[in-house]
Amino acid sequence: MAGFLVFDGVSKSFGTVRAADGVSLSIERGEFFSLLGPSGCGKTTLLRILAGFERPDEGRVLLDGEDITALPPNRRKVNTVFQSYALFPHLSVRENVAFGLRVARRPKAEIESEVDRMLALVQMEDQGAKRPDQLSGGQRQRVAIARALINHPQVLLLDEPLAALDLKLRQRMAIELDRIHDEVGITFLFVTHDQGESMSLSDRIAVMKEGRIEQIGTPAEVYEAPRSSFVAAFIGDTNFLEGHVSEVVDGEYIRLAITGFGDVLCFNDAQRQPGMPVYLSVRPEKIRISREAPPADARHNVFPCRVEDVVYLGTHTRFWVSVGGRRIAVFQQQGRFLLDERPIRWNEDAWISWHADDGFMLERFSEADGALTGTGVDDGEVGGDADAGDGADG
Amino acid sequence: MTSGQPAPEERRRLNEWLLTAPSLLWLAVLVLVPTAIVFVIAFKPPDIDGGIGAGWTVATLRSLARSSYARIAWRTLYLSFLTTAGCMLLAVPTGYFIARVDRAWRQSLLLLVVIPFWTSFLIRIFAWKVLLHPDGPVKAALAWLGLVPPNAGLLYNAGAVLLVMIYTSLPFAILPVYAAAEKLDYTLVEAARDLGATPLGAFFRVFVPGISRGLVAATLLVFIPSLGSYIIPDLVGSPSSEMLGNVIAQRVFVERNLPHASALAAVLTVAVLAPMLAVLLLRRNGEVGAAQSRGPL
Repeated sequence: MAGFLVFDGVSKSFGTVRAADGVSLSIERGEFFSLLGPSGCGKTTLLRILAGFERPDEGRVLLDGEDITALPPNRRKVNTVFQSYALFPHLSVRENVAFGLRVARRPKAEIESEVDRMLALVQMEDQGAKRPDQLSGGQRQRVAIARALINHPQVLLLDEPLAALDLKLRQRMAIELDRIHDEVGITFLFVTHDQGESMSLSDRIAVMKEGRIEQIGTPAEVYEAPRSSFVAAFIGDTNFLEGHVSEVVDGEYIRLAITGFGDVLCFNDAQRQPGMPVYLSVRPEKIRISREAPPADARHNVFPCRVEDVVYLGTHTRFWVSVGGRRIAVFQQQGRFLLDERPIRWNEDAWISWHADDGFMLERFSEADGALTGTGVDDGEVGGDADAGDGADG
Repeated sequence: MTSGQPAPEERRRLNEWLLTAPSLLWLAVLVLVPTAIVFVIAFKPPDIDGGIGAGWTVATLRSLARSSYARIAWRTLYLSFLTTAGCMLLAVPTGYFIARVDRAWRQSLLLLVVIPFWTSFLIRIFAWKVLLHPDGPVKAALAWLGLVPPNAGLLYNAGAVLLVMIYTSLPFAILPVYAAAEKLDYTLVEAARDLGATPLGAFFRVFVPGISRGLVAATLLVFIPSLGSYIIPDLVGSPSSEMLGNVIAQRVFVERNLPHASALAAVLTVAVLAPMLAVLLLRRNGEVGAAQSRGPL
């Protein structure tokens, strides 16, 4: 495998738990790359293997062409921003940031000017004399980043760096991280369970589950074309509809028989044949809701429904409607606000529709993921925009 | 305040007093009063029967400036210092190790540290006499290995005193070091390694400062009792390795000069208290910055 940072068949077990199971992954120089997955999916193990705190049972880690699998942490040109920040409590902010250069016994003048530069980068110039316990969470985060960057690592590892911050601060620090990444131009490997964070920051995302990589792609790829039902459910929200293929309409479209719905038209991206069981995933924001039946269109799926719940969220409204006993989530973007418009209300009859191209078929996922369909849609939020929701960790 | 009910603040203070009263009483009766008596006797003349004479004098205190005392004081100081150094050298890696092993192992290891206390202090010292005896197993083994000449004496010298002092004090050093090491966040050590520190570098730059409170506690717990050592130099030492504790005992039991013994004890007490007060003051000043990693004491 070519690439700047390469995991080549990396496996690691803790007792009977396979935290990493033959992971192969290639990251480009300068990329902002996310490892995304629920807790226990092995993302932190991969990070610790890269940092040198764990030795893989199998496989290799290559950095800039060099096999670093057996190198101790202090001989790797990677540095970590720890989840708890791990600032040295007995040292001041300046001394914390200077640590890497002190250990390397660099000249004093150089250390001083580098520390100044790093503190300026994270906008902490005036806090140098303070102790870590005198800082706020966001400030500690900045010090941790400055301390990790001062050694000019080839890769900066970020282990859930935003998890300990409150929502507003998290959003600010996310923007800050993006700016720092642009400014220093090194490779960032970001570990998170928050799909919103990873979507908004990353060039590419690897979605992980049970020690394996489910899918690697740009945020748009994993969102718009998830390869598995796990990815579809973990990244953003979706409605899962169960059924089977009833007929191939033409080369491009097939008709599905969906339990409770009847016929549904879908783009046939995977060459499926009649009789095959399928899982159809339709994102809530791809579904239109209207009081009147939409004009007939061969490429649209249109169903009458009953509105069961309406949640007005400012930027959009979230509907839960029932079609043939199935609960379907629908997001409707707020357009122009019209006072005389009568919004769709609870307990009304309405219509939902979506274009055949907006549904995608997936393999049925394992029992272990069953929990994800139970709610189908909860308060997960796409893109990490302002909301009461707290990411898709429900 | 309308009724006779005490204000919450007053009640809290009252409760605090009531709770601390027993220990205060204990301290007063068994520590402060005896110490005061010793200090008072130091300024009294001796009488011919081994009792305390009438009147006041500073002649006893003056007489302490004798050169033989300076030598013994110096020996007491350096033996105590070496005991402390030896204990710390052994306790820091041991405490680190116990704090880092599996929980299941930790309890057994701690038990091993504490087990010697189940045997009387005196018996343990006598056990060393057996071990170090000219016909004892340690001597035989060392002679067989060619490390000591066959006629060497392992007992009754400063080396034996130091060895047994380190042995008896070691648990008092290990326990506070362990207590502090157990509370340390080892992500800090990982962070140091991540930033380029070698294992040894991380140990000294992060682990040792991180357990500083435990180190201070261990140092005090070893150094101060060592200064007052009496039994150990008496049993495994010789006149050439006697410490202040032995001299005080001699003044009491052999010369029956209580004021002289008291004067020596008073000077020793002041010498012990002065550095302790200094440590306390230093620590109070350092309190603001060192909220993290609280050790015992």
